[in-house]
Amino acid sequence: MSGKASLIAPGLKPRAGRVLPGFGISLGYTLAYLSLIVLIPLGALGLEAASIGWDAFWDIATDRRVAAALQLSFGAAILAAVVNMIFGVIIAWVLVRYRFPGRRLLDAAVDLPFALPTAVAGIALATLYAPSGLFGSFLESVFGLRVGFTATGVVLALIFVGLPFVVRTVQPVLEDMEPETEEAAASLGASRWRTATRVILPALAPAMLTGFALSLARGVGEYGSVIFIASNLPFESEIAPLLIVIRLDEHNYAGATAIAVIMLAISFLMLLLINTLQALSRKWLGHE
Amino acid sequence: MRRWTILSLAGFILCACGGASGPVVLLHASYDPTGDLYEEVNAAFSSSYRTPDGRRVDIGMSHGGSGKQARSVIDGLPADVVSLALARDIDLIAEQTGKAPADWASRFASNSAPYTSTIVFLVRSGNPKAIRDWDDLAREGVSVVTPNPKTSGGARWNYLAAWAFANRRFSGQTSLMQTFVRDIYRNVAKLDSGARGSTTTFSRQGLGDVLITWENEAFHLLAESGPGEFEIIYPSLSIRAEPPVAIIEANARRHGTLEVATDYLSFLYSAEGQRIIARRYFRPIYPQSADPEDLARFRDIEMVSIDDPLFGGWRAAQAKHFDRDGLFDQIYETGRRR
Repeated sequence: MSGKASLIAPGLKPRAGRVLPGFGISLGYTLAYLSLIVLIPLGALGLEAASIGWDAFWDIATDRRVAAALQLSFGAAILAAVVNMIFGVIIAWVLVRYRFPGRRLLDAAVDLPFALPTAVAGIALATLYAPSGLFGSFLESVFGLRVGFTATGVVLALIFVGLPFVVRTVQPVLEDMEPETEEAAASLGASRWRTATRVILPALAPAMLTGFALSLARGVGEYGSVIFIASNLPFESEIAPLLIVIRLDEHNYAGATAIAVIMLAISFLMLLLINTLQALSRKWLGHE
Repeated sequence: MRRWTILSLAGFILCACGGASGPVVLLHASYDPTGDLYEEVNAAFSSSYRTPDGRRVDIGMSHGGSGKQARSVIDGLPADVVSLALARDIDLIAEQTGKAPADWASRFASNSAPYTSTIVFLVRSGNPKAIRDWDDLAREGVSVVTPNPKTSGGARWNYLAAWAFANRRFSGQTSLMQTFVRDIYRNVAKLDSGARGSTTTFSRQGLGDVLITWENEAFHLLAESGPGEFEIIYPSLSIRAEPPVAIIEANARRHGTLEVATDYLSFLYSAEGQRIIARRYFRPIYPQSADPEDLARFRDIEMVSIDDPLFGGWRAAQAKHFDRDGLFDQIYETGRRR
């Protein structure tokens, strides 16, 4: 962040010896575009929320059902992002470091959750994991575990939609990292575990955090796939976006806006925290 | 996706108004399980009807949960006509926007409801849980599928039918009635947002022992599924569900479609309209026009009406049961399931 701030000051002076011209016009475009697409709609949301009044807003925010829905939405999204971070790195590693038949096909398959309409994914998952479904009946009879129509199902759907983010952010970093790095570590006497934890993972950490943040953000807002695999019962597996839709269908615009603003605030704080962590990790690990 | 369909339909209507000689386009916003009914009604209407200046009429459909459709119209969906699951949703359009007249219900016969339906149970082949009536749904170990009354109009009829049964069983003792209905809803395995969603959950995903649904939706599923896969169970007491129709006059006037819209909705009351209605598993209000074979499918059961003193009309029922912190919310607020 500090790097960007220092760039702006000289940039505002006339043409401080840049190779490419057009800083002024591109910054102007960026600000106008971001305002139009992101800031003004979010501002309108804030304005709508401001009209509710603090007391009413606080009532909605502390409502038990709203709290339960928020807890589920953010809890499931964090859990899914953690799972995606771990398995995303493994998938990226396999795709980058090994050559085997069908690798390209596998590589393309990673992007499928992006391309698939989420409702289709939700129906497919719900059918598979329903108590009578292929996986659902197996898991229930062998492990006594119910996935379909429970909170576990919510996490599963979020893992599905968030998977590509970690793979796609970690992959280019791994591709840039030569296998020689590991070989050098090994020849200097590092154990395999030490090579993995002290040489490879630190280099991947910023990309992993980016993937984590993207997967988390996607999971928090996900609606389409979750409502099919969740039971949608209050206090059990009712996600916050569903509660917003329910409030809208009750013609309770104030209630819907208040929940949306709370979600926005929590998401913003979490992303800010992750970005800070990322900046710190770069500093600590010397990958500036 | 639906947004886009609506937008393109809206664009289509604008274009259609611009050119005078093309077909007249009506936008009809309806609730979930009426797709097949209106497909057939629209085809029949379009093929026979011509405007006074000889133009044909195309009808664009938008389907969705009844409450959601009402909200879309309030928010500006340029629908010329609506057919929703319950009168309350059209009342809301009239109250909040004035786009429909306050007395919309008196514009067509039988409170503007050209067909009725009722609420029945659908169980799996052989009825393994021996479900006969509402009290079987409150039994422990029975898994129930029904949509969320907050988002689905049909689900509100389901809930009120259960309430009517409870009223009879417990002679109007409110606390016992509440416990009974709560027991049913604690058995619910999944609350979908609409009636069609619940049908899919029950039939395709195999969840639940019993589906509470519209009679027309139950017959529709029987016809779609393999023989003997499901059975319809009629409870001893149900509710007379009256899904009404109305013209959104402000929109129709702007599009110049007021007369066509009136003729379109009147067509539902015609002999041909009533025959299609019965064929598509809705109960026609003029059964004499329908095919006796179609009528024979409907079981004659006892039904209460929403205007029964127990409910006192939609406005009172909505406030008591479904508004925020109403009796339905209390089902889940007063303790978690299991």
